[in-house]
Amino acid sequence: MAEQLYQRDVYGESLLKLGKLDKNIIVLDADLSCSTKTCFFAKEFPDRFFNFGVAEQNMMAAAAGLAACGKTVFVSTFAVFASGRAWDQVRTSISYNNFNVKIVATHAGITVGPDGASHQALEDIALMRVLPNMNIIVPCDGPQTADAIYAAANNPGPFYIRLGRPKITTVENKGEFKLGKAQVIAEGNDVAIIACGVMVSEALLAVKSLAQKSIKARLINMHTIRPLDNEIILKSARETKLIVVCEEHNVTGGLASGVDEVVAENFPKKVIRLGIRNRFGQSGEPADLLKEYNLTGPDIEKAVLSNIS
Amino acid sequence: MANKQLTVAELEDKAKEIRRLIIEMLARAGSGHPGGSLSATDLVTALYFNVLRFDPKNPQWPDRDRFHMSKGHCCPLWYAVLAETGYFPKEELLTLRQLGSILQGHPDRGTPGIESASGSLGQGLSVALGMSLAAKVDKKDYRVYVLVGDGESQEGNIWEAAMAAAHFSVDNLCAILDYNGFQIDGKVKEIMNLEPLSAKWQAFGWNTIEIDGHNMQEILSAYEKAKTVKGRPTIIIARTVKGKGVSFMENVVGFHGRAPTKEEAAKALKELE
Repeated sequence: MAEQLYQRDVYGESLLKLGKLDKNIIVLDADLSCSTKTCFFAKEFPDRFFNFGVAEQNMMAAAAGLAACGKTVFVSTFAVFASGRAWDQVRTSISYNNFNVKIVATHAGITVGPDGASHQALEDIALMRVLPNMNIIVPCDGPQTADAIYAAANNPGPFYIRLGRPKITTVENKGEFKLGKAQVIAEGNDVAIIACGVMVSEALLAVKSLAQKSIKARLINMHTIRPLDNEIILKSARETKLIVVCEEHNVTGGLASGVDEVVAENFPKKVIRLGIRNRFGQSGEPADLLKEYNLTGPDIEKAVLSNIS
Repeated sequence: MANKQLTVAELEDKAKEIRRLIIEMLARAGSGHPGGSLSATDLVTALYFNVLRFDPKNPQWPDRDRFHMSKGHCCPLWYAVLAETGYFPKEELLTLRQLGSILQGHPDRGTPGIESASGSLGQGLSVALGMSLAAKVDKKDYRVYVLVGDGESQEGNIWEAAMAAAHFSVDNLCAILDYNGFQIDGKVKEIMNLEPLSAKWQAFGWNTIEIDGHNMQEILSAYEKAKTVKGRPTIIIARTVKGKGVSFMENVVGFHGRAPTKEEAAKALKELE
């Protein structure tokens, strides 16, 4: 059984390490510190942690003020609130100012599970992707969450890092993490599957099953949504017969749209988008929800088989 | 860095000069917001010339006092004061709102002396709160001042920030409310009444000081009083006149967001001689 980790735990631990190394780091949360795991930092560095209560708009704009004074500010809450509730504050006070505010949003996507639609951010990547200056990382597993947090701390400007709620499977042999450079997890020239977040390990199941049917699938972990690795997308467009994009997000505005834009402008190619189509989420266990929304390994395999010529 | 202190008479002259610059730049730009710029002129002039510690030659001086304009549409006032205090040449003022200008229609960090963008109302008090928290974390003694509008005070974000500033006891934060009583659609009390306003801020845990926002003596003593208050933030609730200083603009809602024509500007400048 492969390793399973909470991305949130890794985030909390990484933040703690960063806090020890860099006194300039400030952390803000909006009454969810036990869920987002900023509580680890809060306990160790109470002077550099501020709980803003249930007031995300104030928290985001205050993060901008701290950053204006030279601080590196990590701000956490659930993805729905970070991206939706406080979008204008993120736009005008953070992104427009190009400040060092690192938004680490947890509980993204349908795998939030039982809390249901109101708490399942399926449009957050879209909301962040339209903001100039904003970097977006969707780490595929626990260890990559640490890479994402360090990258955000070590690179200037605003970041949006999207994490899930449940434990997720660690993806082996990913190679080195580089901001803006996707990772090839499996080589193949029949189809290219481009995935992010929890969908990478689902896609890996599909790749293995397709191999048994003599279909060689290339699997790309597109951990950085902005800046998007255009080069690796175009290489896949040229070298494979089909591109399939998998994300735990609305098929509009997220990773699939990013891939579509690059392909349409440079090398038109059929792109199949696997994600949530014009629906909200709902309550259920994460595994059942992935099935309900056709986002499991077998669903990906089926999509490949029915579209590959 | 300690700036030269002006007398009340000198400050009044300076404010008149700032008002002239506002009229000139808005007339040249052909659009912008004179009403709220003129109502807050005395407050911001007194602040920059007698209260704030800053160095235009070194805008990033870490110990500088911070000023932020939450009611960003009144940036012509900010630009005039920044030019007058030496952050950039006054000629730049005539490029307001033009393509490529360092003086955007609403505040932008590309302008020397501006710490943060604004324009979408209600966020600036939070930004100032963040600056106050940074000073506390770094154990620095700089103070943070933020100009807030009355119409803007209808934003929920303002009250989130009000609650938090008192909760975090940021006594280095001083908000200045330009209470001119008008917003784009009409009188504040008719569009969305804020009263009892002083009681609201007090209930949120703030020290409140109510003044005539055009009386330099009262303005200066309010800033001094605010510095002595410990354990909680202060808001100076300044009663002002929208369009102050230009008779035909005073309390005329139409001049919230309309620039004077050439003829109107000439008439206004005559009144401001």
